[in-house]
Amino acid sequence: MWRFIIGRLLQAIPVIFIVITATFFLVRAAPGGPFDAEKAVIPEVKAALERQYRLDLPIHEQYIAYLVDLSQGDLGPSFKYPGRTINELIESGLPATAELGAYALLIAVIIGSLAGIAAALRPNTLQDYIPMSMAMIGICMPTFLLGPILVLIFGIHLDWLPVSGWGDIPGDKLMPSITLGAAYAAYVARLSRAGMLEVLSQDYIRTARAKGLPEWQVVLKHGLRGGMLPVVAFLGPAFAGLLAGSFVVETIFQIPGLGRFYVQAAFNRDYTMILGTTVFLSTLIVLFNLLSDIVAAWLNPRLRAQLSE
Amino acid sequence: MNLLEVRDLQVDFNTRNGHTIAVNKISFTVKKGEITAIIGESGSGKSVACYSLLGLLPQPPASIESGTAVFEGRDLLTLSESELRQIRGRDIAMIFQDPMTCLNPFMTIGDQLIEPLMFHKKVSKASALARAKELLVEVGIRDPEATINNYPHEFSGGMRQRVMIAMALINEPKLLIADEPTTALDVTIQAQILKLVADLQKKRDIGVIFISHDLAVVADIADQIIVMEKGFVVEQGDSNAIFTAASHPYTQKLLAAIPSDTKVTTLNDPEPLIQVKNLKTYFNTGTTVVKAVDDVSFDINRGEIVGLVGESGSGKSTIGRSILRLLPITSGHISLDGQDLTKLDTNTLKQTRRRMQMIFQDPYASLNPRMSVYDTLAEPLLLHKIETRKTVEHAVLRLMDEVGLARAFIRKYPHEFSGGQRQRIAIGRALATKPEFIVADEPVSALDVTIQAQILDLMLDLGKQYGLTMLFVSHDLAVVRHIADRIIVLYHGKIVETGTSETLFNTPQEAYTKSLLASIPGRNRLAS
Repeated sequence: MWRFIIGRLLQAIPVIFIVITATFFLVRAAPGGPFDAEKAVIPEVKAALERQYRLDLPIHEQYIAYLVDLSQGDLGPSFKYPGRTINELIESGLPATAELGAYALLIAVIIGSLAGIAAALRPNTLQDYIPMSMAMIGICMPTFLLGPILVLIFGIHLDWLPVSGWGDIPGDKLMPSITLGAAYAAYVARLSRAGMLEVLSQDYIRTARAKGLPEWQVVLKHGLRGGMLPVVAFLGPAFAGLLAGSFVVETIFQIPGLGRFYVQAAFNRDYTMILGTTVFLSTLIVLFNLLSDIVAAWLNPRLRAQLSE
Repeated sequence: MNLLEVRDLQVDFNTRNGHTIAVNKISFTVKKGEITAIIGESGSGKSVACYSLLGLLPQPPASIESGTAVFEGRDLLTLSESELRQIRGRDIAMIFQDPMTCLNPFMTIGDQLIEPLMFHKKVSKASALARAKELLVEVGIRDPEATINNYPHEFSGGMRQRVMIAMALINEPKLLIADEPTTALDVTIQAQILKLVADLQKKRDIGVIFISHDLAVVADIADQIIVMEKGFVVEQGDSNAIFTAASHPYTQKLLAAIPSDTKVTTLNDPEPLIQVKNLKTYFNTGTTVVKAVDDVSFDINRGEIVGLVGESGSGKSTIGRSILRLLPITSGHISLDGQDLTKLDTNTLKQTRRRMQMIFQDPYASLNPRMSVYDTLAEPLLLHKIETRKTVEHAVLRLMDEVGLARAFIRKYPHEFSGGQRQRIAIGRALATKPEFIVADEPVSALDVTIQAQILDLMLDLGKQYGLTMLFVSHDLAVVRHIADRIIVLYHGKIVETGTSETLFNTPQEAYTKSLLASIPGRNRLAS
């Protein structure tokens, strides 16, 4: 098992290295620079700024200098937030985003798997059609539409929940979490339905029924583990996706998270910010994929045996 | 004493494809202390009948239309689901066909074993585990202390079936329903499991329903035999009566389908077509080297059918594939008509392949589901430029005639055929290039017995007609005995014994061959 984990971590190094390299050169290949939009910059000031951020160096030297800084954990200074480093900015935005992502994931898993299991227990009946149609809507509905709709209904019309903020008023975390988690809940519902249907048709489920176990024990004790494996495999990449995709929700509900940095950085040609958030998120994606593989192995003894060989 | 009395049971299926009567007004009784065998081919309704008694059929599509099934004074068919649940696993237990898929792969066998006991009898986990260990010993699993925490994938097929049996018996049921419990197992393991079931039944004096498609399997253990065909019970009675004086034509057909004769051959001036010398095929799994075929040498003469017999893992299929060069061999020589196949370049090998063909075990899996009969049979003819686009249809029709497929089926796809018909397509495909040599890898083991007999006869006929040389790979000695001129017995990748079918069956020399022969089901009854 340890060999597997260490092996996967070592494999991640070249992946992240390629991501860094591609991002580094691609952002610089894009037209425009970080200080082009400033009004009436005196050439001397612009030159001074570029010197400060090492933009006057040849591109390969910039690249090497960045890698050297990165190897020490330093993501560099921000171009657009003078005087602050990328590390500080990520640290300031991460807690809200991570919390939002965790709640959204929790909602996705609980609602999604309950709906999926319910559907799988009575396939091709209303108990299947209703949650699955809602899941289809959930997948199709973009966050920037769902968010405002929820705000209109629950925030303004019914006046049950606050319409924005994060951790200021009780209940203000609910709507953003649902908005972000809805699409993922829909995916989880479809995956757990398919997984459970597959497992419930297996011979060993018939064995469990032949033992005289009540249906809920058959489903929970014998069916759930195998049926949830596809969901587990999905959750790793999904969590990373949640963090990266939280920008829209953070904007709608004015949450001081990480997402806004990521998107603004792209418009502003904030080179270090783009790179910093990319490095950070790609590391997270690798780690969460590994995590979901470990959980899958923990659930599945055959896989565990293969990995420990 | 009647343990179970089934009267006029009718089970229907309502599906999109229409309404079928799977079990048609059948009646039978199962006595305490007896093994009642229900025999029938796939689709005869034998499993459906038993599953319907325990409420294990999904309803819909199934529906129980009529009948009673009295077990200990109560009609099982009128009980509610929760009342039935009390009986399932406690008074009536089941074991199933495929032990590979019937145990939960995510739970240790210990946890699965104690489940029925803890659920029905509310005993503590510790005493349930203690009982489970006793039972594991009783069903022949050594060292239960160590194995009880293992997962199913750590056991062989035979061992898993033993675990299934222990699980079924843990509540000391009064009736055990065994649904084809040995069909997926090797012949020696099958013999062990049959003996185990019979022994446990005698010791406990319980009733057993033994469902099987193969009369031979139940010949030695059944007290009573019920023969089913297309949902009807066509004959039932005492086991002796069935074997000595079967009256229904279908039962007689089943009995006749048991291959029991030995092929007697006289080959004049043998001329080797295939020569295998010191063949070794090893598989490297990364950590260990599996010696699947370990230094094997033999000849196959022109026009001869050689049977290659062994249990799973003996290397018999690997030899077949190695000869056709479908697998990379480790060392050794294989020659066809004096030409060394191991030294051929890809192009010449392709030319030579035409002369050698293969028929696979599973006609469901080995035919491309998106190709019609015409496409399947025309492909090799066109590929090897035997026929042109203009003449190919005629050739395909001729092939279909030869393998006994109606010409009207030419545009149909594999899923529209039965198992036997699919195997006919596969044989037609193999014969398309007019090969001299055919490797048949368990060609009849996925088929019902009467179909099996038809396919074997077809292969024998075609063999004669085409002057084919054949390597017939099988785990089933009775089948090989029927078709092969000469038999090679394999064990762990090595040849144990070789001889003509006659000598091998009448005077086996090696202990392993003797134990294999002793495992053939029904030999006592059928010999007499």
